[in-house]
This record gives sequence, C-alpha cells and structure tokens, in this order.
Amino acid sequence: MGLLEFAKKLEPDKKKSPFLHTVYDGFFTFLFTPNTVTKGGVHVRDAMDLKRTMTFVVLALMLPFVFGAYNIGQQHFMAIGQHTGYYEALHLKLIFGLIKIIPIWVVSMVVGLGIEFYFANRKGHGIEEGFLVTGALIPLIMPPDIPLWILTFSIVFAVILGKEAFGGTGMNIWNIALLSRVFVFFAYPTTISGDTVWVAGFEHLTPGAAVDYGWAEHLFNGLFNAFGWSTFNDSAHITDAFTGATPLGIAAHAGWHEVTEVYSPSQMWWGVIPGSIGETSKPLILIGALVLIITGIASWRIMAGMILGAALVALGLNAWGATPFMEVPWYYQFYMGSFFFAMAFMATDPVTGSNTQRGKWIYGFLIGCIGMVIRVLNPAYPEGWMLAILLLNTFVPLIDYLVVQSNITKRLKRA
Amino acid sequence: MRKTALSGIFLISGLLSIQAQSTTSSPSSNSFWIVLIVVVLAALGLLGDLFYRKGSKAPSYTGGGKFVGLQKGFNLNIQGAASSKIVEGGQVTRFAVIPPNFRGISPIPKMEVNEGDEVKAGDPLFHDKNDESIKYVAPVSGEVIAINRGEKRSIAEVVILADKDQKYRELPALDLQKSDRASIISYLKSSGFWPLINQRPFDVIADPEVTPKNIFISTFDTAPLAPDLNLVVEGQEAAFQQGLDVLSKLTDGKVYLGLNANGSQAPNKAFTGAQHVEKTWFKGIHPAGNVGIQMHHTAPIKNGDVVWTLGVQEVITLGKLILDRHMDMGRVVVICGSEVKDPHYVRTVVGANIGELLAGSLTDTHSRIISGDVLTGEAKKPEGFLNIHDDQVTVIPEGDYYDTFGWLVPGKAIPSLSKTYFNSWVDHKAYNVDTNTHGEKRALVVTGQYEKVLPMDIYPQHLIKSILAGDLESMEGLGILELSEEDLALCEYVCTSKSPVQKILREGLNAIREQG
Repeated sequence: MGLLEFAKKLEPDKKKSPFLHTVYDGFFTFLFTPNTVTKGGVHVRDAMDLKRTMTFVVLALMLPFVFGAYNIGQQHFMAIGQHTGYYEALHLKLIFGLIKIIPIWVVSMVVGLGIEFYFANRKGHGIEEGFLVTGALIPLIMPPDIPLWILTFSIVFAVILGKEAFGGTGMNIWNIALLSRVFVFFAYPTTISGDTVWVAGFEHLTPGAAVDYGWAEHLFNGLFNAFGWSTFNDSAHITDAFTGATPLGIAAHAGWHEVTEVYSPSQMWWGVIPGSIGETSKPLILIGALVLIITGIASWRIMAGMILGAALVALGLNAWGATPFMEVPWYYQFYMGSFFFAMAFMATDPVTGSNTQRGKWIYGFLIGCIGMVIRVLNPAYPEGWMLAILLLNTFVPLIDYLVVQSNITKRLKRA
Repeated sequence: MRKTALSGIFLISGLLSIQAQSTTSSPSSNSFWIVLIVVVLAALGLLGDLFYRKGSKAPSYTGGGKFVGLQKGFNLNIQGAASSKIVEGGQVTRFAVIPPNFRGISPIPKMEVNEGDEVKAGDPLFHDKNDESIKYVAPVSGEVIAINRGEKRSIAEVVILADKDQKYRELPALDLQKSDRASIISYLKSSGFWPLINQRPFDVIADPEVTPKNIFISTFDTAPLAPDLNLVVEGQEAAFQQGLDVLSKLTDGKVYLGLNANGSQAPNKAFTGAQHVEKTWFKGIHPAGNVGIQMHHTAPIKNGDVVWTLGVQEVITLGKLILDRHMDMGRVVVICGSEVKDPHYVRTVVGANIGELLAGSLTDTHSRIISGDVLTGEAKKPEGFLNIHDDQVTVIPEGDYYDTFGWLVPGKAIPSLSKTYFNSWVDHKAYNVDTNTHGEKRALVVTGQYEKVLPMDIYPQHLIKSILAGDLESMEGLGILELSEEDLALCEYVCTSKSPVQKILREGLNAIREQG
C-alpha cells in the first residue's frame, strides 16, 4: 500500500496548523476509509456511509451535467444560425458549454467547500460531505451566463446563513442549492429570469448582437483546424428569428399553440431548449431519478407525491381554462421547465425533506400542487418548483409533527 | 394486491378519458406515454402504500394458532455458524458473577463473602444495598479467588475457582399448589433466581413489589449466529414446563410464548406443547425473535404497565430450582464467529471464563471476542467472563485497516441494507464481517433507514432525536418504554451516520427512570 504510506507522510501537524490538518483529513478520508473500529454498541457496521450516499447523488447528476454542457453550445449556435443540426459540430458545442459550465462548477466547489472547511476546522469536527451534492447541484440550476461574482455571493449567503448558522450539515431547514438560487432570484432578478438570460455568449439577446469567443477562439481554433473540423467564428450575429425565450415564457403569455410554433414537443422532451443548465433533458433526469430510486438513496414517495400533485392541479387548471397557460394540456406541463429536475434532486433532499413515510407523500404532493399553482397563476414568473420546495421545506417540521403526533395519539388510545 | 391493481386500472382509464375530452390536439410523441406511465406509477405507489399491507403465510405446522408475519428487519448472514453438536465444557475452571450485568443494582453491592471463602453453588455472594432480600448467588461451588474492583471502587467481578465435583446449597421444597404469590417470590429472592428476571419498561431487574401484567418468553433467537434454542431445550422439557408453571402463578395476566414459524419444521415439543401459556407464532427475519418485538405485536405495554421477560435458559433454571431444590445455573453456550476453528455448542455454567471456554479454538489472535452477538454483545478480553444473560460467544476479526476508496468501491462484500452494494441484490452466502466502522460519524442525514429494520409501529428516528433533545414527554409518546437496546441494535447497524443508537436509547431510558 504505497499510496497509504505516501499520504500518511504528508499529514500536517494537528497542533501547529489545525486548519491544514482539517483539510488534509478531508482529503485523506476521501482516499481511504479510515481504520477506526467499533467501540461499544454494535461491533459490526453496515458498509454504507455518508460519502457513498452523496457520491451516488453526484453520479446520478452526471448525465444532466454532460447534456447541459452540450445544450449550452447547441442553444448558442442555434441563436447565430450556425451548426443548427443536433449532431453537427459536437466538439464546438461541448467545448463552448464546458467553457461556460466549468468556471461555475469550480467557483461553487471552491467557495462552498472553503466555507465548509473553515467551519469544520472551527468546530473541530471532520469535513462533512453534504456540500459535494450541493456544489454539484448549483451549476445545474443556474443560467449559463451567470456572473461569477453573483454566484459567489449566492453561495456564501446560502452556506453561511442557510446551513452553518443552523449548525451545519444535517441541521439546515432549507435546501442549500435552492437557497443560493433564490438569493440570485431576489437580489439579481435580471440575471435569472426573463427571455434574455438562458442562451450563453451574448450581452443581450437582441437580433444582430455579436458574439465574442475571446481566448477560446485563439486556443481551440488552431487545434480544430489541424483536424479539419469546424471552428469558432466570431463574425456571427444573432439571427432575426431567434427569441431566446423558454417554452414556459412563451406559454405564460401565449399558450401552448404558440410554444409549438417555436419548439416541438420532442425538442422539449429531449431538452434542446433554453433553460437552466441541467434541467432541460427530461429522459436523462428520469434516468438519474431511477438510479436514485433503485439504490434507495432518494425517496420515491416524495417523487411520486410530487407527480400526483402536479398532475392533479394541471388537470384542474385545464378544466378551469381561464388563461392560455391554463389550457396547456396537463401532460405537456411536464415537458416544460424544471419539474423533473426539482422532483429528482431538489425535493428529495433527506435533510430538508420530510422524515416520515406518510409525511413524504404529503410533502411531495403539496410541492406538486403548490408548484404548479405558482407556475401557472403567478403573473411575473412562469415557474414554481424552487419557491414551492422552499415553502414546503419550511412546513416539513409541521408535517412530521402531525404524522408523529397521530402515532402518539394512537399509542395513548391503546391505554 | 388485487385492490391496488384494480384501482390502477380505474385510474388509467379515468386519466385517459379526461385527456381525450380536454384536448383536441393528439399527443404526438412517445414521451407522452412515458409521462402517463410515470403518473400512473406514482398513483399506484400511493394506492399501494395506503391499502396494501404485506403479510406472509403461516406454515401449516402452526395449526391455525395466532400468527404474526413480520416483514421489516435485516438478517446479518455472517460466517461462523455452529454445528449442532454440544460438547461438555469441562475445561473451564473459573466463573464470575459480574454485578454490572444486573441493570438497576447499586454500583457497590454489599459483599457477603471474602476472598478465600469456600462457597457452594447457590450460596449468596452479595446483595443490593437497596434490597437486602434479593440474593446474588454463586453459579458454581469452589473458592472465591478474586473480588475485582472497577471504577470508583465499584465491584466489577466476583471470581470463583470451581470445584471438580459441584456441591449445591440445598433449598427447602416449594409446594407450588399450596404456596401463594408472596411466598414464591420470597423463595425466588432467597434462592438467587430473582436477578434473572427482567422487567420492561427499562429492561432492568424486576421489582418484586410490582405484579407484572404479563410475562413474555421468546423461544427463538434471530440475532446473528444465535444459538438454536430447540437444541438447548432438548432433554430439559420437564424443567421448562415446570418453570412456566411457576411463572404463571406470578402474574395476573398471561405468560406469552413466542414461537418460531420460520423453519421448515415445527419447533421443539417443549415449546409447541407448553401448557398454561398463550402461544403466538412469529415469522420474520431479525429482530422477530426479540421479546420486545413480540410484545409489541401480542400485548403491547401501555403507560404504567410492568411486564417481565425471561429467556428460555432462565426458565429452565427456574424449573430445575423447583424440581431439584437447588440453583443449577448450567448453560448451553454457542461458540461461533469466523475466527473460531470449529464453531460448536458447549455445556457450561453462567459466568464462565472466556479464555478457558475458547481454549484452542481461535484461529487468529487479532480478533474481537464478544460475549453475546455482534449487534448487542460486549467486547471481552480472554481474561473476561461471560455475561449473565449471554448464551453466545462470537469471535470476529478486528477491522483496523484502511480501505482505499472504500466509500466508492467496496473492498469486500459486507452485508448491507444499501442497494448501492450490488451484493445486496442477490442472496449472498455468509459474509466475513469485521469491526471496521466503514466511515465516520456524521450528522443524522439519511431518513427512513431505521424504520426499515424495526418491525414495530414506532418512529425510531424521531425517538432518537427526542432523546437527544431531552424531551421526556415525546420519548414516552414515541414508545421508548417498549424498547430495549437489542430492539434498536439493527438501527445502529444500518445507520449511515454511524450514530450510537443503543447508547442514546439507554440514556433516554435512564433519564425517564430517574424522573420516576
């Protein structure tokens, strides 16, 4: 075990530099499951630990992540009318997407984990893995062009006020990733809502706006030329026909018919539409959800409750039909926006979600109902899952209290 | 299940008809059907959760007796099961009585013997300062060679070097037919049997002042590598029945016997044919054999109730006490675990020295010796002694190794509740487990996993949190009084956050007990 000896040699002195030691410990336990043995209580332990739990969530997020990178590029090139075929110039689309998404990923990990390391050191405990998932989620729920300083602010806000102020991992009331998004939503509304933010690479999405690839053009074009592939072309401008609006944005004003003028249902289903980075591809998210359900890491009850709640309200809105948005067929509501992403990865957070089996049904169902109501009836902002989940996060203690209380009452009745 | 399927069909047709009316445009892509299937699956999940109750069928040998099928739980299928041969444990020379084994006794009991004294089996060694009439007696005859002290001068062990030929303190005869409850109880206290009776709530030595509502005995043990009690009771059938007869005189309620419905054959006649008892059949994986789980499903304790629990071997000891008129604390103990060369049963006496019991049967010295099973037992050194209620010694390897990327790729197969380990999808043959913690202690994050392994209508996670918060009222409401450590041991095993669940439970029980 040469690696182990090498890692052991690097260990900083705990007294001299406690912070370095905390960081070291974080990485060391990442490499090796520690050699601790049980004392008292059970003598053997299940092999499952929190690192593995969190890692599986991150693995389930990988498909939306890769597709998100591709789709940033796809939307960009659609806007300038180049390489509009889905399989054309995949290398350009992927590189363009990664140039956008990797800084977001790095900032969210460095800022979030930095705060985590600092507090772990202050409180003198090991580094908890919670932020692995939060840090992987945040890039997927942001617009591709989010300014990194806003992102930094939002993560600092979410981690310090949303988590550490409540006592750290496992103690938070609200979903951290959503808190960071809701911070951007309220503090910098123009960077996260409206029609102009979902396509990357332009200052404003007005027809005729020019693109600027900057360093990427110099760095990659030579390489691509050598292979005889197509290259970035900075003489391009946004085409007249391009709107940049998300399907939800169109549906809110003009209804389903107008949406299908711009996007076909299968485009919406497969996810080649503007939107937050990770939310667009429904099949890949459902695969991730399936992985989480099969491995038992996320609660299928919350997901199922959400689907039922959303379907029910959407059916009711269909019957009401007062606005064009209400008349969108209930099943097409699932094609637009971030319902499945919120369902698979946001609502199922075990810390902020309901703890009881029955509570999980109620919690999920109410998110589904309220989220759909916010999406359709809210005049300013055609999406609802972030606000619905945060709202229901707040009510989780009440839901669990009622479920547990009914059990207690039953127990007392026996007497 | 039929109900669920029917509801599902109604639901699908309902949705389809609504869909047909509400839209004029026909759904164009296959993804419409995926959405519909997802919605229908969600609805089926809800209906299934609401209406479908899993149950299992009673095997034919139960003969229509009261049957409880339990689905929740987890069987730790580990290496080192014993062959069904019983050897005589003649090589053990030292035996000890361990005062801390008796929960509820004051830490420094009053000694009645000194080092060097000769005692007979059944002679009192010490008594509790709070109740002089309850005697704690010598399991064997011989010389008291050591009174070992623990922390704060408490008495840790009273060690006896056993005689070759055992001598017993003869007791007066007890005529069960003519004796009343009070005289039976005073007989049990002076004979030294009393400390073997446990009471719930709190799982402590029974209070002689309180008449138990019911008495519960589980006739099978589902703990990992636990002894087969059918084997233990063989040849002791009369003593077992005699013990039950005594117990039935001590309660106003019933003596409940939990019978094992898991096997392909009926359990021993001593259990199935027992008289003056109420029998309930239980089918299920661990912890279905725990007396606490069985109580919950037959006659749950209500607020203010006190019930007693005894093990099969204790009942046999009680029967022999009446039949032979002396305390015979002989025990069949199973020596098991992957580090034991030839796992087997041994006939010895309560409190046997562990090193002598294991002599010659250990394969490796770097192992953990446990008095009891791997979930609830106590780690012992070879110089140590078997705990009073234990009929099992388990030896497993220590797990003090580093596992590279252990959280990602399992170095070796470990019994796990988690489906992220693919071996948990298949019926694995017995696992070799060790004492590695497989991760570090974390905040309580993952939910619902305790509930999967506790076959009771109790919310264990909320209970643990209410104990941590010191909320006595919630603890009682959430059912802490029905529980003992062994019932939550599996919760601790599966806990992703590696929390000390059993320790927390005991702190809660102590807190309530102190409040009176």
